[in-house]
Amino acid sequence: MRVLAAMSGGVDSAVAAARAVDAGHEVVGVHLALSAKPGTLRTGSRGCCTIEDSHDARRAADIMGIPFYIWDFAERFTEEVVETFVGEYAAGRTPNPCVTCNEKIKFEALLDKAMALGFDAVATGHYARLSIVDGVPELRRSADEGKDQSYVLASLTPEQLRHSMFPLGDSWKTEVRAEAEERGLSVANKPDSHDICFIPDGDTKKFLESRLGQHPGELVDAETGAVLGQHTGVHGFTVGQRKGLGIEAPAADGKPRYVLSLEPVSGTVKVGSADHLGVREIVANRPIWPSEVAPEGPTECAVQVRAHGGIADAVAEVIGDEVRVQLREPLRGVAPGQVVVLYRPDTEGDLVLGSAKIAATA
Amino acid sequence: MTYLDHAATTPMSPQAIAAMTEAMSTVGNASSLHSSGRRARRVAEEARETVASALGARPSEVIFTSGGTESDNLAVKGIYWARRQADPARRRVLAGAVEHHAVLDTVEWLVAHEGAEVTWLEVDHDGAVRPEVLRAAVEADPGSVALVTVMWANNEVGTVNPVRELAAVCAEHGIPMHSDAVQAVGSVPVDFAASGVGALTLTGHKIGGPYGVGALLLGRDTPCMPLLHGGGQERDVRSGTLDVPAIHAFAAAVRTSVDEREEKARELSALRDDLVAAVRREVPDALLNGAGGDRLPTIAHFTFPGCAGDSLLMLLDAKGIECSTGSACTAGVAQPSHVLLAMGADAASARGSLRFSLGHTSTAADVAALAGEIGTVVARARQAGLSGMRKQGPKLTEPDRDRAEV
Repeated sequence: MRVLAAMSGGVDSAVAAARAVDAGHEVVGVHLALSAKPGTLRTGSRGCCTIEDSHDARRAADIMGIPFYIWDFAERFTEEVVETFVGEYAAGRTPNPCVTCNEKIKFEALLDKAMALGFDAVATGHYARLSIVDGVPELRRSADEGKDQSYVLASLTPEQLRHSMFPLGDSWKTEVRAEAEERGLSVANKPDSHDICFIPDGDTKKFLESRLGQHPGELVDAETGAVLGQHTGVHGFTVGQRKGLGIEAPAADGKPRYVLSLEPVSGTVKVGSADHLGVREIVANRPIWPSEVAPEGPTECAVQVRAHGGIADAVAEVIGDEVRVQLREPLRGVAPGQVVVLYRPDTEGDLVLGSAKIAATA
Repeated sequence: MTYLDHAATTPMSPQAIAAMTEAMSTVGNASSLHSSGRRARRVAEEARETVASALGARPSEVIFTSGGTESDNLAVKGIYWARRQADPARRRVLAGAVEHHAVLDTVEWLVAHEGAEVTWLEVDHDGAVRPEVLRAAVEADPGSVALVTVMWANNEVGTVNPVRELAAVCAEHGIPMHSDAVQAVGSVPVDFAASGVGALTLTGHKIGGPYGVGALLLGRDTPCMPLLHGGGQERDVRSGTLDVPAIHAFAAAVRTSVDEREEKARELSALRDDLVAAVRREVPDALLNGAGGDRLPTIAHFTFPGCAGDSLLMLLDAKGIECSTGSACTAGVAQPSHVLLAMGADAASARGSLRFSLGHTSTAADVAALAGEIGTVVARARQAGLSGMRKQGPKLTEPDRDRAEV
């Protein structure tokens, strides 16, 4: 196959590309330039998007002896990922930009371009297991559960998955690093990236304020309706947040307060005790079924509501374009805008049944 | 392999390789006083005389440098500093809008750090600076002009500027003019004295010489402060031990390229015309940029509507055909060409362009290879479209999109 390897400059995508080469594919490496004004050198835990990272990707491609190009997707990334991220926060929701990037950039804009240019698949360094069984994609958690990224890939359509390759799915991160070392890839010891790549200093609140300005509103006690304080915009908060609320007086019962809900139109942030934070029911919409089949009737599954953690057993039912999820135990920090992923537990790696965007919780 | 990127760099000529090889096996610092030093000095001075005579300059006007970027920096910064020191009112730099980044970024640095003001000289539809544009810019306030810098020939689209007429405008007001002639030497006649410019940049690797060596031709009466301080080897304007083997080879390349220029230009412009005809035959809606102006015999620059330059580049590369988008590269990212934008193209066209450039090793087989692939490559690239760009226009409600680092 002709495979386009998306190379961020990190160790994972480099090893993924190398494995695609070893598997006998004709591989071309491409680094996506996602920032219109890339920094010269990497700072902190950012793992991509600087000129240094593109050099690292180029060096890795050199060592594998594959052609390498840098493609400029900065405008598209700004439109699809950054502006969506800002818009979602402004609407009081909590988006995951990595999900959007996979959905709209890596496996849409890039994949479409690759297919048009004659490639058969795009390979990335994501940790997830993908197999195509009789033409039907099966996406599963990776062998290294600590690194599992099936959550951020669960929004891909069957068609996108049919043209995707995740060569690291069966591996542990430690093995990948050792393999990079063995292959002489200079990125073997590069630190993992954690932050949102387009917010290099990690200060999401400041970033959003620079885009959205200040929209003052009130912090309100969810039970009594008492005004507890003022804030500069609902985009500074996420459901489940405890720190940085800026409330002086302690609660009457002395318990810590959490953000319970955000109302962007009125600018109201409702806070209350942890007792009110647990979510037992999720309504989500715009479902995507990677294996092409929606579950029929009430279905026992495990759900995950954010990239790391937030896992619970549940019963899900698809009604029209909606997915209703009853959680077996309450989950905290579930916010509209996040993606809920349904898994069917499996010893070969939990199978992704589908994903949908959370619209409401109860 | 089909190499159509001679404007990026061109193979060393046999004469230059022979000269370099010969000089590399001898020892001697050209500044030393003993016989090895004298022998090295003699090689360097003969090279200086060779370069001078090939380009209508005096030997004392040849300053050897590390290449085009250094020569441009030395001329633009050095002349600016010297002219401003003589008269603090001289802070204005007049520069062509389609200069190479070695000039563009240097001018912007002077603006950011040295109190300079810049007037960008607009270009016409073909990418040339018209003398009346320069005249208007100068005469707005002649006493404030530190220097004028306009390239001899553009590196992307190949348009040749009316340098002599531009220099005449400068001369009327006693203003020194610098011209980046990196692409012009060996392609069109370049006579330093006759041109009237006070400073002229050239580099080795574009004319069959080695990398890392070039020269600034600097008129004896053109004031210039040094960038590099030290031993003062080059007229006290440039310091650093002379790289005698590179200079020896550079001179051989200048000599050869100038001697063979007329014959090569005739041959290559015919080949270039064949290339243009072949591309137009295979891709009828391809637009030749800079077609109306005076241009280099070696460059054909096309816009392929609906294609991204990086797609075209990759597909041709896969077929063994090497060319470039012609625009400046930041870490290998093809930016929309500032040259095409200045010539009036929209952002999509400025991204969907390719430069094919010929040189002393080009043959009819190169053109045939391109003709055989360009049609299918463009059709394929068109399917991929302009995927990196916005699907919709920018959201007007987004405040200060450009301020944050995205």
